Amino acid sequence: MSRTIDAVVSPTQTNTIPADISGQMLDLDEDDDLEVFSKDSTLAEGSMFNASMQTSPGSMVNQCKFEEDDEGDSKDIFITVDNPESHVTAIETFITYRVLTKTTRSEFDNSEYEVRRRYQDFLWLKGKLEEAHSTLIVHPLPEKFVVKGMVERFNGDFIETRRKALHKFLNRIADHPILSCSEDFKVFLSAQAWELTTYKKQGPGFLSRMGETVRAVANSVRGVKNRPEEFNAIQEYVEDFSNKISSLDKVTQRIVKEQKEYLEELKEYGPTYTLWSGSEEELAEQLKGVAGCIERCCKETEEQVGHLSDTLVPVLHEYVLCAETLKAVLRRRDNIQAEFEAKNEALATKKVDRDAELSDLGFVWGSLLGKNPEEARHQRQERLDGEIEELKEEIDKLEDRVEWANNALKGDWGRWQRSMRGDLKSAFLSTAEKNVDYYEKCLAVWETFLLSQRTEPSEETDRDNTP
Amino acid sequence: MLSVYQIYLLPVYSVYCGSTISPSQIPLYTKCIMRLKVILIFYSLQDRTLILKDIKSRDLESTEFGKHCSNSLFTNPCLFLPCTLFVQMVQEGSTLLRRMEISVAEAEKRTGKNTVNMQEIFTVYLIETRSIDAITEGHNPAPDSLWRRYSEFEILRNYLLVTYPFIVVPPLPEKRAEFVWHKLSADNMDPDFVERRRVGLENFLLRVASHSVLSNDKILYHFLTEADSRIKALSATFKVKNPDKRFTEMKHYSDELQSLTSQLLRVRARVADRLYGVYKVHGNYGRVFSEWSALEKEMGDGLQSAGHHMDAYAASVDDILEEEEHYADQLKEYLFYAEALRAVCRKHELTQYELETASSDLIFKKQQREELATGMVRTFSFKGMTNKLFGQETPEQREAKLSLLEEQIVQGEETVTEKTVACEEYVKGAWVDMQRFKEQKDRDLREALIGYAIMQISMCKKGIQVWTNAKECFHKM
Repeated sequence: MSRTIDAVVSPTQTNTIPADISGQMLDLDEDDDLEVFSKDSTLAEGSMFNASMQTSPGSMVNQCKFEEDDEGDSKDIFITVDNPESHVTAIETFITYRVLTKTTRSEFDNSEYEVRRRYQDFLWLKGKLEEAHSTLIVHPLPEKFVVKGMVERFNGDFIETRRKALHKFLNRIADHPILSCSEDFKVFLSAQAWELTTYKKQGPGFLSRMGETVRAVANSVRGVKNRPEEFNAIQEYVEDFSNKISSLDKVTQRIVKEQKEYLEELKEYGPTYTLWSGSEEELAEQLKGVAGCIERCCKETEEQVGHLSDTLVPVLHEYVLCAETLKAVLRRRDNIQAEFEAKNEALATKKVDRDAELSDLGFVWGSLLGKNPEEARHQRQERLDGEIEELKEEIDKLEDRVEWANNALKGDWGRWQRSMRGDLKSAFLSTAEKNVDYYEKCLAVWETFLLSQRTEPSEETDRDNTP
Repeated sequence: MLSVYQIYLLPVYSVYCGSTISPSQIPLYTKCIMRLKVILIFYSLQDRTLILKDIKSRDLESTEFGKHCSNSLFTNPCLFLPCTLFVQMVQEGSTLLRRMEISVAEAEKRTGKNTVNMQEIFTVYLIETRSIDAITEGHNPAPDSLWRRYSEFEILRNYLLVTYPFIVVPPLPEKRAEFVWHKLSADNMDPDFVERRRVGLENFLLRVASHSVLSNDKILYHFLTEADSRIKALSATFKVKNPDKRFTEMKHYSDELQSLTSQLLRVRARVADRLYGVYKVHGNYGRVFSEWSALEKEMGDGLQSAGHHMDAYAASVDDILEEEEHYADQLKEYLFYAEALRAVCRKHELTQYELETASSDLIFKKQQREELATGMVRTFSFKGMTNKLFGQETPEQREAKLSLLEEQIVQGEETVTEKTVACEEYVKGAWVDMQRFKEQKDRDLREALIGYAIMQISMCKKGIQVWTNAKECFHKM
């Protein structure tokens, strides 16, 4: 297994590992793996990741530093997405976002890039990354359309939400040890618009992509037979997690809605006290005081709702999308394994064929062609042997591919879980903190009011005497 | 002595204690209520017999039913009320309604400027009237109609209240959608509310127009037939000429207090409802966190305990709102107090009005005496005319008249003195108590507001605690 991989990753190659694998995965049935291999290497020319990446992909993945915890120190690339602008052409209207990159990585020619990208470009990037690393977990993109809620694509809130999500997306890629090395990623960040268009046109054509889809569908129909237990566990987890996170998403959105309705009513509440104060003499002060308190609480409530919408809601939503991504990744891994299993079965069948007696048909063929039966059989067996050898080679490659895919996924799975924990923990923490802050501020408002009431000396004695 | 009958007119759910009448009037009443599908119950005060009369049959006859219930009717006529056997006021009432059909046909929105020159939207109701005679004669004339808004009905009712203080005047439907505890129609513009109000206003008019005393009122007739704003002038002129200004102000205040507290209570109820929703939804966090914690290894404990705190948070709202109800009750007390306050002011108006009536009566009588004595006719009078036309009275007749007048004047002066004293005493006593009330109100409401602030503080403290705890749990995730 590792033998084959080492051949792939020979010291003479200066291409990035991911590109290798992508070559392998796409053009499996072609005999010119190595050629395709080198084709990719030209594309990846000049991009250098790490010389230490010359071990099996599995261990490579493990070796990569998953240094989310001390990211601050080792971060060498900073990306921002901002400045949405509307573009109107004859055919369509669309929004572009400015993508600003600052980096010290050597594979980039400059240290700063400023380009404009539209949503479609992000989609393309995601697609490329998933193609190249089908069992790595690529952070989800914001949705193409929003079914409920906002209808317009050009609504301000929608654009802002999208912008933030796109920003996160790119940064997540940048943080990922493998994905951030992707050539496609680099081109995305650095190429001017027309360059990007040209670049997009290269690479595996439509037909080969179609082929992959067809294969994928065929494999998914066939299904995987011997899924390793750990992936079963992951599968189950993902199912459950998906349900839970969807529930949380819904609950949180409901809270936001209820809170907003509460705010609406609260806004009408304060003024009723003010109105009343107009008819009173002694009580006017207090009534206005209460009205003021309520108004201030209104402001705090508004802030709190805003915080919820900006902090917790997007994160939960992201992870709802993540759950779907995970399901897709697991499916792809299954497909890879299914392909391997299929080929194995094919091999077994061929072997059976070869060891079988000469069939009547073969005999007939042979005699038609004027060959004598012995020769015909011998030829046939030779042919079968050759095919079996080919199959075996393919199977070896597939096996490696399976192993690599599994390891990639395992590695990334741990990384994803840590990410998820971190993200959700900090989102909930932030929410809890904001809520504490909210109540503290409201408390202060009412305590100030109470204080102002208690400091009136003439009333003190009165109150003590009243029943 | 003639048999006297007491009439009980039983429209939908209330009893009118009509006046006592003599038998000769029975046919009149019968004719009046031709179209009513109610049954008149006459019972003779003398011989305690009960007569039930079904309108349609027109004959006086006693019925089985009467024999059943006669006892309870004698002891407590009001017990008769729920008996819907009789009761079906389908169409219009009587008295005025013997002459005309009345209905409140439609409602429409209008915009206009109010007293402070601000744009407002209000609803007007179409009052349609038709002469019954015209209908029964086979013509079918188009109804006369005019538009009136709710406030005009209010003015009419207030006028009736003061003019006939011994009559239980029918009420008007709600001015606003009061005390709505859920989202449905807290809105005066809501079509259902407007429709219900239309029906209520029609009901009011029918009851008034079917009342033996009220229906004869000229102002009522004008209200129904003349589309002018005289009704507005009415609110100014029907009143007392010289009420104590303080009482007028107090009455204003009582109106305001009533409407302000009821508005406050309404909004508070809605706020409470929404707050309840917010807290309770957090309970779902509890459930989902708990389920989720089963999936996670590291996060499990943190999530589980956070979930408990979310449950606690959701549950805490019950106590919070329970406490707030006490505050609402304190406000409600003063909402109802406002009514009592208004009653005191109105009573003053009544006593003042009686005084003024007695005074002007006296003045008139004195004038008459003067005229009679001097022979000069000061003002035009019918009597004066007839005198001119048909000759003067004899000196004896004049003497008799004069001495009668003198008697009446003496009486009148006594009455005026009495009433003046009564009025002054009333004003004194009432004013003292109104001051007491004012102080009590200020004290109580101040307490209530402070109490409210304390409740808010307590709620905030609870919130701080829950979320601080939750924060701790999240840290452990």
